[in-house]
Amino acid sequence: MADGILVRQLHAWFGQVHVLHGIDLAIAPLAVTAIIGPSGCGKSTFIRCLNRMHEVVPGGRASGQVLLNGEDLYDPTVDPVQIRRGIGMVFQKPNPFPTMSVFENVAAGLRLGGVRNRGILQGTVEQALRQAALWDEVKDQLGKSGASLSGGQQQRLCIARALAVRPGVLLMDEPCSALDPIATAKIEELIQELKRDLTIVIVTHNMQQAARVSGSTGFFLLGELVEFGETGMIFTNPHDKRTEDYITGRFG
Amino acid sequence: MTRHFHEELEQVKEKVLKLGSLVETMVENAVTSLVDRDSRLAEDTIAADARADHLEVEIDEDCVRMLALFQPAAGDLRFVTTAMKVSTDLERMADQAVNISQRALELNEESQLKPYIDIPIMSQLSQKMLRECLDAFVRKDVALAREVIEADNKVDALKNQVFRELLTFMMGDTSTIPRAIGLLLVSRHLERVADHATNIAEMVIFLVEGKNVRHVTPQEQGH
Repeated sequence: MADGILVRQLHAWFGQVHVLHGIDLAIAPLAVTAIIGPSGCGKSTFIRCLNRMHEVVPGGRASGQVLLNGEDLYDPTVDPVQIRRGIGMVFQKPNPFPTMSVFENVAAGLRLGGVRNRGILQGTVEQALRQAALWDEVKDQLGKSGASLSGGQQQRLCIARALAVRPGVLLMDEPCSALDPIATAKIEELIQELKRDLTIVIVTHNMQQAARVSGSTGFFLLGELVEFGETGMIFTNPHDKRTEDYITGRFG
Repeated sequence: MTRHFHEELEQVKEKVLKLGSLVETMVENAVTSLVDRDSRLAEDTIAADARADHLEVEIDEDCVRMLALFQPAAGDLRFVTTAMKVSTDLERMADQAVNISQRALELNEESQLKPYIDIPIMSQLSQKMLRECLDAFVRKDVALAREVIEADNKVDALKNQVFRELLTFMMGDTSTIPRAIGLLLVSRHLERVADHATNIAEMVIFLVEGKNVRHVTPQEQGH
């Protein structure tokens, strides 16, 4: 499934506060797109609009179009819950379901979708855990509580949980911020593997991470998309002075 | 560091070797075009310079990209900055080969002033230094790098010998001056090739040991 995302004139509000101003952006399929920018620039709001999670927050509202494979996710006839099946999300703080085992965590999405067959569940859980580079570490302890794993393992568990329902897109909101450098490196390595099968959008406040993992990078500032381009070009020769100032650390 | 950084490192290494090989051929052919009085070969050598320039630019751009995208540290960082400088030295060596070819084109129009003995020897030595400094770069061989730096003395000595001999010709018969100067310049160009190889060897030492030995004599270094 080659899921590209086309964003057209996306606006977002928190109540009366206008936080995203007319974003136009094309996210390439089967590639990693990084979104960078200083605190409060709207990058997290932006990716939460991609799977319509922004409107779950009280006062959260968005307008514009988000076209996934040509279909507008903001079309009134579209069910937001269904969207989130096709677009997985991983958050800054790993959040495995605390009362569930490793196995149950990964199977949760499948069960919610009505899958009961034990064989299918086991097969899909194993595949998702392998895809998340976690299988070898947990295969003999699938009954262990999800919360008993290390931080890095918990994050990979959350990735496996998202992957189990076979989304075409994976959104990652600062997935490594709470992890140590080695766990971070494992996840960055994992992202390179995953991009062969999925479209990945990653929000990160760590510019070097964006430079390392992504093929395209978008720079947000005060709710605007200032610049978007091939990552190599953004980090060697950006067009906009604001981008250059941010990347060289002239303002944080 | 991620896998693809090391792949890109290997690719840069290969490009440096490719450029080195091209330059070595250009130097050899340039001198051959003089010794064999083959002006066609001289012209071909001059034309090859475009490829050398192109490779140098590619290596440069690859290195800048790697610095921006991967923020390499320690040995990796020294490798990338060294590769950029090595490629500049190689490109300058290619330019020297072009210069030699241009002298050959001029000298081939005149009758040969004298048998060419020292210039072919200088060429062999410079080419050997070039091969070995690149070997040292790729294998991170400090001992070999030091040998290359030593060998520069021999090339300098030959250059001085050539100068003395040609001076004698010029003082004996002023009509030989244009050709003598042409040959003098060729020996200078070859001596520059050897100097660039020495630069590369010094950078290999920096790459491996993190020590900057450029512009410092071996005695001052304590060897």
